[in-house]
Amino acid sequence: MTLNRRLFLSAAAAGAATLTAPALLAEGSGKPRVIVIGGGAGGATAARYIAKDSKGAVDVTLIEPSRAYYTCFFSNLYIGGFKEMDDLGHTYGMLSAKHGINVVHDWAVDVDPDAKTVSLAGGASLLYDKLVISPGIDFIEGAVEGWSLAAQNAMPHAFKGGTQAALLKAQIAAMPEGGTFAMIAPPNPYRCPPGPYERVSMVAHMLKEINPTAKIIIADPKPKFSKMTLFQEGWLTHYSGMIDWIGEDFGGGNVSVDANAMTITIDGETTNVDVCNVIPAMKAGRIAEMAGVTNGNWAPINPADMSAKANPDIYVLGDAADQGDMPKSGFAANSQAKVCANAVRGALTGSKVFPAKFTNTCWSLIDTDDGVKVGATYEATDEKIAKIDGFISEPGESADLRKATYEESEGWYAGIVADMFS
Amino acid sequence: MPASLAALAVVLAAGPALTDGLGYASAGEAVFANCTSCHQIGPDARDRIGPHLNGVFGSKAGAHDGYSYSASMARAGADGLIWTAKTLDAYLENPRALVFKTRMSFRGLSDPQERADPLAYLLSFSDDPSDIPEAEPTARGADQDIDPATLALVGDPEYGEYLSGECVTCHQADGSAQGIPSVTGWMVEDFVIAMHAYKSKLRPHPVMQMMAGRLNAEEIAALAAYFKELE
Repeated sequence: MTLNRRLFLSAAAAGAATLTAPALLAEGSGKPRVIVIGGGAGGATAARYIAKDSKGAVDVTLIEPSRAYYTCFFSNLYIGGFKEMDDLGHTYGMLSAKHGINVVHDWAVDVDPDAKTVSLAGGASLLYDKLVISPGIDFIEGAVEGWSLAAQNAMPHAFKGGTQAALLKAQIAAMPEGGTFAMIAPPNPYRCPPGPYERVSMVAHMLKEINPTAKIIIADPKPKFSKMTLFQEGWLTHYSGMIDWIGEDFGGGNVSVDANAMTITIDGETTNVDVCNVIPAMKAGRIAEMAGVTNGNWAPINPADMSAKANPDIYVLGDAADQGDMPKSGFAANSQAKVCANAVRGALTGSKVFPAKFTNTCWSLIDTDDGVKVGATYEATDEKIAKIDGFISEPGESADLRKATYEESEGWYAGIVADMFS
Repeated sequence: MPASLAALAVVLAAGPALTDGLGYASAGEAVFANCTSCHQIGPDARDRIGPHLNGVFGSKAGAHDGYSYSASMARAGADGLIWTAKTLDAYLENPRALVFKTRMSFRGLSDPQERADPLAYLLSFSDDPSDIPEAEPTARGADQDIDPATLALVGDPEYGEYLSGECVTCHQADGSAQGIPSVTGWMVEDFVIAMHAYKSKLRPHPVMQMMAGRLNAEEIAALAAYFKELE
């Protein structure tokens, strides 16, 4: 790694964070090359573990358009006023300086699986031996009648963190007294199953403080949702009379919106709203489709190593993967990334490959110091990643336990971002 | 080292038993044809001779409204029988061994693989853990009984480093502790005893009980060996 690494470090020291010299990487070392697309919970973790554990034996390039990554997880706590946006921002400096990863801030726009190259928006083309794709989600066009990406400023999705979350928070703060916040909840499967309902809890927390006569409507195409008993208990305890959940049985799936008129129509009945959070149906981030590894909306993978069923040299992590029982969460992506990193390193350097193990835990905050959680362990079977065992917080737990659960979630946040970026 | 590696090899060789999940829903549909004279499943399913089986995973035995169960099945539910991959598997293997006077006149399927496919088919009409994470397990957990002698095992730190990936999502590798305690630099024996206390549910934390619950003694020893060296 001598020449590349020294060049890279001096470039980084000179403040040139982007190293755009793919030809050098391709020719140079003769070392195996891994490209990781997407610097979130799946991609940053995979890049970090492959680089860290191979100790320079593998060239790792991470392609991520954002220089600062704002986590989607905990963005609800930002909306509720429990975290600042700055708390959620992270940079890739340590991945390059400490682990020698070539971090390229650009968009991956195409993959040629035959030539084994990734094309960047900036024009470069990078060669890989193994490609890891962790692109997160995109929205399915036309999923909510009347909504498109063009309407995302009037009716934010706020489901990719960052500026959309900031926009939604500003809109809530500007609601007229006694106004209406509406959420169009997504159909399964989608990123972060408890996310929309934690979102509603955080919006209610904020409104209770600044606009206590405001109302919240949720139009939901599903008959039930994750942690439903816990959320509904919490809403009754903390936000009685404020939240109206309209599920599938009451026409919650028969919805259209008008972003100009700021109206929503649920089962034929039109309502004026002041803020409308539209969370449309989701699919794998587009680059997964360009790489030819999707089947329908998601990319099926082999559970033992996260390689795509369609291509043994391409791995798909996190939300984009069709893997079985794991929810689409940052925790799950981080867990899958370590299984993938172990397998990729084994394939390229002959290091020992251990059997796959997966875990997930999702914490949600309902109100101040009222945290709940759900979690499970998983194993790789022939067919899918299958759930083995799990737990969920119980209704009626003591205030001390709920407070400890919230503090634990803060500990987890510190842990996972260190596991991604340190 | 050779002894521990040999033991590890045995553990790894036993892999197929550990990865014995459910089968294939598509194949299970054909097997389920043998059940349809009594049970319906799917969007229009209703109770017939037997109850419909939508949403059976995670439901209490003998408790679905509007169906008249045998006293035996109703009692099993009252006693706390929940239909999971494990309990449904036992019921399909030998219905009367699980619920003594069940009215289901079916002699059972002795081959685990023959039961796996219809179980996967039933599951496809129940909550999916990927959408509702609290949904019931879809794999059969490994047997976690431990020989006390294995507490003396010497762990393989390389295996421990790999396994530690699961720990450091929450417990920071640099030893800092915010809301979640540090696990670095522990004495091996303390670490092993603590993990086995979670495993046996003596120590009360649901995440740790779950995590320790599926680690075998070899894996706990490996983790202890690895974390001891992290300061």
